Amino acid sequence: MHRRHVLALLVAATTFGMGGAIPSARAEGAPIPVFAAASLTEVFRAMGDALQRAQGVATTFNFASSSTLVQQIQQGADAAVFAAADETTMGALVKSGHVAGAPAVFALNRLMIAVPPDNPQHVVSLEDLAKPGVQVALAAPSVPVGRYAREAFAKAKVAVPTGASEELDVKAVLTKVTLGEVDAGVVYTTDVRAAGNRVLGIAIPDEHNVIARYPIAVLRDAKDAKAARAFVDFVSSPTGRDVLAGAGFGLP
Amino acid sequence: MIARGPSPAVPRLLVVLALVGAAFVLLPFLALVWRTPWDQAWSEITTPEVAAALRLSLACSLAATVLSVVLGLPLAWVQARLEFPGRALLRGLTTLPVILPPVVGGVALLLAFGRRGVLGQWLDATTGVRLPFTGLGVVVAETFVAMPFFVLTLESALRSVDTRLEDAARSLGASPWTVLRRVTLPLVRPALLAGAVLAWARALGEFGATITFAGNVPGKTQTLPLAVYLALETRPEGAMVLSVLMVAVSLAVLIGLRRQWVRAL
Repeated sequence: MHRRHVLALLVAATTFGMGGAIPSARAEGAPIPVFAAASLTEVFRAMGDALQRAQGVATTFNFASSSTLVQQIQQGADAAVFAAADETTMGALVKSGHVAGAPAVFALNRLMIAVPPDNPQHVVSLEDLAKPGVQVALAAPSVPVGRYAREAFAKAKVAVPTGASEELDVKAVLTKVTLGEVDAGVVYTTDVRAAGNRVLGIAIPDEHNVIARYPIAVLRDAKDAKAARAFVDFVSSPTGRDVLAGAGFGLP
Repeated sequence: MIARGPSPAVPRLLVVLALVGAAFVLLPFLALVWRTPWDQAWSEITTPEVAAALRLSLACSLAATVLSVVLGLPLAWVQARLEFPGRALLRGLTTLPVILPPVVGGVALLLAFGRRGVLGQWLDATTGVRLPFTGLGVVVAETFVAMPFFVLTLESALRSVDTRLEDAARSLGASPWTVLRRVTLPLVRPALLAGAVLAWARALGEFGATITFAGNVPGKTQTLPLAVYLALETRPEGAMVLSVLMVAVSLAVLIGLRRQWVRAL
């Protein structure tokens, strides 16, 4: 009993000691609330860690579909930075006067078909998704990747699969694929990469594919505009660009 | 006759807190009604997608309620009346969905009844029935989260029934089935109805388990709560109208039932 207490004290002391030992420019500053598209989940977590290491600045993330985030920011959510998966949703926020300055495109992405590793319906192209008996998941049309996917279907002159489940964001589409509940889903290439061997990616040819452009901006109601600007600058810094490229994003 | 004069010694603090409590619940509804664009209401409700979502919501929640009663009544009775090892554990586990985040319930349902789920795989192979992305899947998800409300309500009522009445019926020669039908169930009738209404209300508002397990296929698995959530992103006014519609449907049923049958609610 006694020994355990001593151990706990020791652990606490070490932890606090370590915290104090890290040289930090703004250790007392509150973390920067960053609202980012679901497809940025992994890469922005890495970005946050890199920023913490480089400048001792902490971030908190809220990942969801860009369209959901716009709604939340417009309803007064506490956000300092917004990174969207398309310029349409960012445009809505600019129009409603929530953005400070002009948004800048910091990353590019492309679409890919994700199928379970054993590819039960032998999907090789978008046309296969419209075949009867193939269960498909797409993001809802209000979600950027859902809109991009519908553009790709239109370019390939393929009807949008009937009976497709309209998921709330790209990660929900990916989950339905990794669980094997659907035969195919349309996601970003970076999502397929992040999922590792849990899904198989089927390329969509360039003439049918869509280039997703990711804008980022500081928000008008950011409590600490300087810190928010620091995050945005870091994303387009050489270190930030390395993190993005490492996750498979294209660079503008 | 009981005089209904001013009740003596009302703790004033209690009344104040009660008013705050009532306001806390009512204010969001008032705000919703206040901000709803009523001129768009009719055109919004009569769009084919909304009509389909409303129909689907009503049909699936009613089916889930029936299923909750058919399976939940025996479960509540067994848990209330029979002594067996592990009863406490069973009671805890069968009410788990009440406190579980619905999305977690949806994931668990996928792992059990999904296409690659333990039972789902077998179900698909033997009968060709697939639950995810079907109306049946919606009913399963809603029943999973709603049934425990029925079981909890009925079980506590069964425990408070005076068992001497059942003993008396038995001693007069009634079969166990007759005792259940003619004595026990009439005694717990208010709880039976209250539990069914609670389960129905929970099923009607179900979101997390439904979208996780049954997906969001317009016309097939897109219930009203799912439609509201998605409408919020594209046309917030539409979402408000749909929300008012849900409130109205729920309120109508609750008030109607409360007046007629459910004294216990």
